[in-house]
Amino acid sequence: MPHKLRHALTVASFMAPATVGIVVFFLYPLGSAVYFSFTKFDLLSTPEWVGLRNYRHLFDDPFLTRAATNTLWLCVIMVPARMLGGLATAMLLTGLRRGSGIVRTIFYLPALAPPVAATLAFVYLLKPGVGPVNTALAQVGIDGPLWFNSPDWSKPSLVLLCLWAVGDVMVLYLAALLDVPQAQLEAARIDGANAWQRFRAVTLPNIAPVVTFTAVIGVITTLQYFAQAAVAASAASGQATTGAGISSTFGYPEGSTFTYPLWLYVVGFRYGALGYANAMAVVLFLVAFAVSLLLLRRSLKVT
Amino acid sequence: MNRWLLWTARYSLAIALCVMFVAPVAFLLLTSLMTDSQALTASYWPHQWRFANYADVFSKTPLPRYLLNTVIYAVAATGFMLLSSVPAAYALAKLRWRGQNAYLVVIVCMMMIPPQVTTVPLYLMWANVGLTGTLVPLVLPMLLGDAFSIFLLRQFLLTIPGEYLDAARVDGCGEWRTLLRVVLPMARPGIAAAALFQFFYAWNDYYGPLLYTSENEHNWTLSLGLASFKTLHHVQWNLVSAATILTMVPVVVLFFFAQRAFVQGVTLTGVKG
Repeated sequence: MPHKLRHALTVASFMAPATVGIVVFFLYPLGSAVYFSFTKFDLLSTPEWVGLRNYRHLFDDPFLTRAATNTLWLCVIMVPARMLGGLATAMLLTGLRRGSGIVRTIFYLPALAPPVAATLAFVYLLKPGVGPVNTALAQVGIDGPLWFNSPDWSKPSLVLLCLWAVGDVMVLYLAALLDVPQAQLEAARIDGANAWQRFRAVTLPNIAPVVTFTAVIGVITTLQYFAQAAVAASAASGQATTGAGISSTFGYPEGSTFTYPLWLYVVGFRYGALGYANAMAVVLFLVAFAVSLLLLRRSLKVT
Repeated sequence: MNRWLLWTARYSLAIALCVMFVAPVAFLLLTSLMTDSQALTASYWPHQWRFANYADVFSKTPLPRYLLNTVIYAVAATGFMLLSSVPAAYALAKLRWRGQNAYLVVIVCMMMIPPQVTTVPLYLMWANVGLTGTLVPLVLPMLLGDAFSIFLLRQFLLTIPGEYLDAARVDGCGEWRTLLRVVLPMARPGIAAAALFQFFYAWNDYYGPLLYTSENEHNWTLSLGLASFKTLHHVQWNLVSAATILTMVPVVVLFFFAQRAFVQGVTLTGVKG
């Protein structure tokens, strides 16, 4: 057998399963989603071509506007909050001489907690009335907010929840901070730079790739924010819902926690408007793709 | 003096933050040991330590069923993922072939695309073959590679010096033998990290089980069961807390056993990503 052919067959034997997987579970469904987005159908009917109607409908769907606004809010507030939280905890850790191991573990562990479990814990913690947080606030004379039960406080409550799980971001910043050349920091110190100037001029440029990475990944994961918003709404609403029935409480209170993927799920699997759901999916794809291009450009240079 | 002040400030802040990070779980733990009626009040500390709540969760709720399903999902998905993704990662990291870079770009794209994008077509595919209502749609695709795992494993395999591989090839090993005999033993930390990520992903997954198994309670996982648990036992916060704690425990235990591999994996995906 010629050498070239043998090499090709070897490579094929390594890549075949993954390639079938990419085609069947990614490229084909992605193509279908684009095709379906121009059609109208439900689980029982066959797709009927409707041209751009689904895309036009995107602009006069008040629930979609609400959901997209909420998701944008989360991208603008939650992502930077997590980045700052991760950076701050990482910097605190690098400043500790003794005991940094145990502190790091305590900061990190919540990031591993199953989102559904963590959300239930926070709904309990922030329960209006007799919840531990509001009880403690009452003891110092503060009338605590309604948290997950208030349309104004529900998203900030979700931010608190994701700050609790900031450990995954923290570990990335920690690794980056430990790689900052000590010699540069020392040189800046000798030149009389204060702590803030050293951070701006030495630390920040050195950790810039991780800042980009956490920003892009943060936006990508926020675009798919689902479990926490779904479970917080259901648990706080106090309604009896099980399994897929949970979608009847999505957005509680007053649509304030309705995110884009939650609305996509409701449109597709509760209302069965599969064509429209696919139009929403295509828009989500374009947004996620545009955001990840920021990162792709960099990793293309690396490879 | 100044230095001592800084030291005190840092440690006070660290301790305060530690308390805040531990508090949610601590309150949950205390509540899980209260009686039904006390769990409804504003008290922090159990009057009566009711450890029987944990037994109740096992005997009076479908939690054991959820636990079994979650273990099946997590273990099968992890095993399948390793079988399919390690060879692909090897070919991407250690073999030279045309289209390699383009392939890698596709993998990275797949990692970046929210799962909701392909949800409807995938659901229709599985509905056509009558497998919705089961965990099969979540487990079986793992036999055909997982983009994130392939990427993570590739990043790790890149750190293994090519000399070891060349030595094996000179000794007449084919690529598969080189992978199994030389690379696998050296890549154990990377494989452990990828396996842990996959296990945790499956364990924590809510969207997948909601989509595919919500119509069939027999196949619910812990995440899905727990989300419904609150409403089934809606006044019994003590039982909800106990079930929540039980869902967290395996993750914490696994983390302590494999802490180093895990942290290494996190930094590997980030710094070189």
